[in-house]
Amino acid sequence: MLPTLSHEEILRYSRHLLIPDVGLEGQRKLKSSAVLVIGTGGLGSPVALYLAAAGIGRIGLVDYDVVDTSNLQRQVIHGTANIDKLKVDSARERMLDLNPDIQVDVYNEPFTSENAVGIAKNYDLLIDGTDNFPTRYLTNDVSVMLGIPNIYGSIFRFDGQVSVFDAQKGPCYRCLFPEPPPPGLVPSCAEGGVLGVLPGTIGTLQATEALKVLLGIGEPLIGKLLLYNALDMSFDFVKLRKNPKCKVCSAEPEITELIDYEAFCGVPSYDHDEGAVGGGWDITAVDLAERLKTGDHIRLIDVREPHELEISHLDGANLIPLGEMAGRMSELDSAEDIVLVCKSGTRSARALELLASAGFRKMKNLKGGINAWARDVDSSLPVY
Amino acid sequence: MPKMRIPSPLRTYADGQSEVVVSGRNAGEAMNDLTEQYPALRPHLFNGDGQLRPFVNLFLNEENIRDLQGPDTPIKESDNLILIPSIAGGKGTRA
Repeated sequence: MLPTLSHEEILRYSRHLLIPDVGLEGQRKLKSSAVLVIGTGGLGSPVALYLAAAGIGRIGLVDYDVVDTSNLQRQVIHGTANIDKLKVDSARERMLDLNPDIQVDVYNEPFTSENAVGIAKNYDLLIDGTDNFPTRYLTNDVSVMLGIPNIYGSIFRFDGQVSVFDAQKGPCYRCLFPEPPPPGLVPSCAEGGVLGVLPGTIGTLQATEALKVLLGIGEPLIGKLLLYNALDMSFDFVKLRKNPKCKVCSAEPEITELIDYEAFCGVPSYDHDEGAVGGGWDITAVDLAERLKTGDHIRLIDVREPHELEISHLDGANLIPLGEMAGRMSELDSAEDIVLVCKSGTRSARALELLASAGFRKMKNLKGGINAWARDVDSSLPVY
Repeated sequence: MPKMRIPSPLRTYADGQSEVVVSGRNAGEAMNDLTEQYPALRPHLFNGDGQLRPFVNLFLNEENIRDLQGPDTPIKESDNLILIPSIAGGKGTRA
């Protein structure tokens, strides 16, 4: 039995009720539906807002992060007043303001192999609004194993991808990408940047697909991948087919329970210790400042992109962007003390690993990057 | 000549080009031509055995070459090739 709508709800959803494809029955279907939004960031913001407005009866939000000023360029569900608040609480507040008739469940925790099934099993649809490969593969595998469709979206700079992965009717994410890239080969938005409106476009498309799947109308992007490029304003579609050898969704899957996704992808899914290598390879901004002050000879290597130097730079640092490091190691002397620097310590950690594999030993990673330097040593520099 | 579309994550390694004209009778030759024009792309597209990496797909018009004849898939002058790598962005943690 579908739930009924109050007079107030009939007024609220009148523009839906006027569409024959939705109508009263469709709106009641939406009210009886439950959708889990994994990540309340760039993609999750428009998804959660539009699903709340559309009257999805119950919406779950999974995120462990707090709202940061640098989020607000694109994460429009949050506001300046909610900086430092939990993202799930900030999002919930905004959604209930938009539509007090819905229920919003919050999970203030990382989505992991331990909790994923317990959380996801209570929903009809999963929305992939994640920003890293481990959580993306986890979301896919949970979707396949529980038979819950996964509305996929991903972004980078000016490019976006959207699809509906429903392994009962078509391919899954692993059919297209059986394995993740090795760490460092594909930059994240935190390192490579993203046009703020891009997740708005892609997330809105995900919300559209979610409503279509729940209402059973139109042609969802099952077996199709949408490729969007904002600069060219191009929308291309390609066909996706089920991989008969897919390790998760084929007839005889190799993987039948959730695995260790961080080990599978070789990267953490959340910030265990942001911008650090560990194992004695790190140096804090304060310690580096102390060593430079005492006149230690240290070769500072900045591995960011050239245009980032305009934002902030360390005096005396030489630029070797991470992408060029493999080909420019000969410019470095392994006998010298080297400190590697980037924005937040992630790219410099990768540069350190590259150099370590080439035999370099006398080097350190500036933990937390030049942003940590700006916070702890030189407040005349901006944090970005 | 067939054209190959380069998505933004890979443009850094192709002098910022969004589209490159490639030559070759099949998909494998077209990829080789692309990486001869832009050698920095090679490690991002192929593994040590010269196989297309599992997180990169090459589509011929609408079809994945893995669903056709792989690198032996014939290509025509008017064909459009699209490279599709996996991208991870979406949420945006503090960084």
